[in-house]
Amino acid sequence: MKAVHILEGRAIPLERSDVDTDQIIPSDWLKRVERTGFGRGLFSEWRDEKSFVLNQPEYVGATILIAGPRFGTGSSREHAVWALMDYGFEAVIAPSFGDIFKNNSSKQGLVIVQLAAEDVAALTELVKGNPQLTLTIDVARATVEVAELNWQRTFALDPITRERLLNGWDDIGLSLRHESAIEAFEAAHQSGSIRGVFDDLGRVVHSNE
Amino acid sequence: MAGQTIFEKIWQRHVVASPAGEPTLIYIDMHLIHEVTSPQAFDGLRLANRSVRRPDRTLATADHNVPTDPPGTPIADPISRRQLEVLSENCVEFGVTLFPMGHENQGIVHVIGPELGVSQPGMTIVCGDSHTSTHGALGALAFGIGTSEVEHVLATQTLPQQKPKTMAVNVTGPVGPGVTAKDIALAIINRLGTGGGAGYVVEYRGAAIEALTMEGRMTLCNMSIEAGARAGLVAVDEATINYLRGRAAAPQGEQFETAAAEWRTLVSDPDATFDAEVTIDGSALTPALTWGTNPSQVISLTGTIPNPDDFADVAERDAAVRALEYMGLTPGTLVTDIPVDVVFIGSCTNSRIEDLRAAAEVIGDGHVAPGVRALIVPGSHRVKKQAEAEGLDQIFVRAGFEWREPGCSMCLGMNPDQLTPGQRSASTSNRNFEGRQGRGGRTHLVSPAVAAATALAGTFALPEVAR
Ligand code: SF4
Repeated sequence: MKAVHILEGRAIPLERSDVDTDQIIPSDWLKRVERTGFGRGLFSEWRDEKSFVLNQPEYVGATILIAGPRFGTGSSREHAVWALMDYGFEAVIAPSFGDIFKNNSSKQGLVIVQLAAEDVAALTELVKGNPQLTLTIDVARATVEVAELNWQRTFALDPITRERLLNGWDDIGLSLRHESAIEAFEAAHQSGSIRGVFDDLGRVVHSNE
Repeated sequence: MAGQTIFEKIWQRHVVASPAGEPTLIYIDMHLIHEVTSPQAFDGLRLANRSVRRPDRTLATADHNVPTDPPGTPIADPISRRQLEVLSENCVEFGVTLFPMGHENQGIVHVIGPELGVSQPGMTIVCGDSHTSTHGALGALAFGIGTSEVEHVLATQTLPQQKPKTMAVNVTGPVGPGVTAKDIALAIINRLGTGGGAGYVVEYRGAAIEALTMEGRMTLCNMSIEAGARAGLVAVDEATINYLRGRAAAPQGEQFETAAAEWRTLVSDPDATFDAEVTIDGSALTPALTWGTNPSQVISLTGTIPNPDDFADVAERDAAVRALEYMGLTPGTLVTDIPVDVVFIGSCTNSRIEDLRAAAEVIGDGHVAPGVRALIVPGSHRVKKQAEAEGLDQIFVRAGFEWREPGCSMCLGMNPDQLTPGQRSASTSNRNFEGRQGRGGRTHLVSPAVAAATALAGTFALPEVAR
């Protein structure tokens, strides 16, 4: 994953709550075996509506999405994160997020900015008032800022997610630092393996009877 | 020392490392895989030149994409076909046991895990699918993960995890007539809201939960994620042990008794405390359905469609306005006056043998109402075989239901079983999101008994037992 330090860009207000992962990327898109190209499917059920905010010319090129509470609830599909990033989003600002979505975002470097509902509402109004505003998200300081209006808020960012974003760390590599602990655990913990239960064709063989 | 909850017991037994300032590294006992969330993970392994660390703790099945047409029917959609082929190729290359389409052990991943005895009490179980919480019914810590985490587990058999908080959801009993596990689940989601469980592992307890069968507990734990919870689980009791006895991958003979003794310790200690606690009066519950586009929008079968003005919370009111518009419903309409186009009995929530028995009992010698399309999709080949041995398929087919091959089917619009725009369904699945069952489709979540009664009536209907 790419390291993320400071994001600077324009924002787009979605103004919807409970945007679940089925709405972010409909299931039809989940048949792909690649990791790219999902941007075209982002919010695809809504993109046909001319009035949908992503279709408004003043917001083209925005890289920060502002949404309502409970963004990214529902299914575990990481495709939702791939779709947002493939479309060009680098951060999502909302009052709350689905757990798995938040987790998935941290693996890909999509920055999750959780602010109080009134701050999200205030920011939404600022952006609607002037879609050309530049927002700055500083990962190291965990702040989001509209410099020209002197508006700044701090958001919660757990230390490890912060470090991973700043360093672009690969999680698997981090875990494999504990290889010897994993081996020791495995040596002491044998039950629950399915070795010998199924044959090469997946039929039950009951070798342990 | 203060007592521990089941969650804490399982967690503690799976800690591999707890580096300061970082998430705990926990060991994963069982990793279930399906075609949709795994291809990019296997790709990642290949790119990094890594192998699957424990193929003997990994099990794959095809479920989301598979058509449910009669055996031998080719898959028309080339992209779906490709995804299933890629799963097979990956499983061969990395040495993972796979139950492909048509295999005797194939089925929805959350149906086959418990049914084969692969999911066991005390285990940590993950799958690239949010309904992995289902396996918590067996007293396991089971939760859904994303594709990067699938790759992580394939490579290391571990996951870095922040320790979640614990919540007890007590449901007192006995429950009212005709109230099923599905109705209890909907009542809980209605109470907690779609975000109320976020950050928690929920333990379901109380007389109403203890009285549930294992299938019922699976239905309940399945929908934990709909309240935002990371996982849901139920304490081990004799029902759990009896369910597992003799299952293919469960320990056999003497080893089973040793394991069972260990499993019986998987209950929360009497003096254990939870970070949050909620109590629901089971006797006040009724058969329920969802009226909107998120699973917390729940009302009683005997109720009327709510008015947005009834909601004090502005966001909820706005959500209600949009939901009613999408669902094509008018406030004040009696639920039982609303006609349906499609009835779907299936999905990892309600496609087990007990669900099919419940539907068959309601159907009796009745017939599907004219103009209604009704499908019954067993959760696995084993469920299908069992149902046929009991003659349930005869009841369904005679009554005018389609009796289909196992798969996720109309739970989500990834395979040919879909709603067309504007169609209204009574569905035993778990998500009523916009477009979930097909673009423009209008989903109402119900129990199998209510779904069956609705198929016969043509409008939402209470089964006889609940009247
Ligand atoms: S039945 Fe539905 S919820 Fe369950 S695994 Fe399949 S698609 Fe997911």
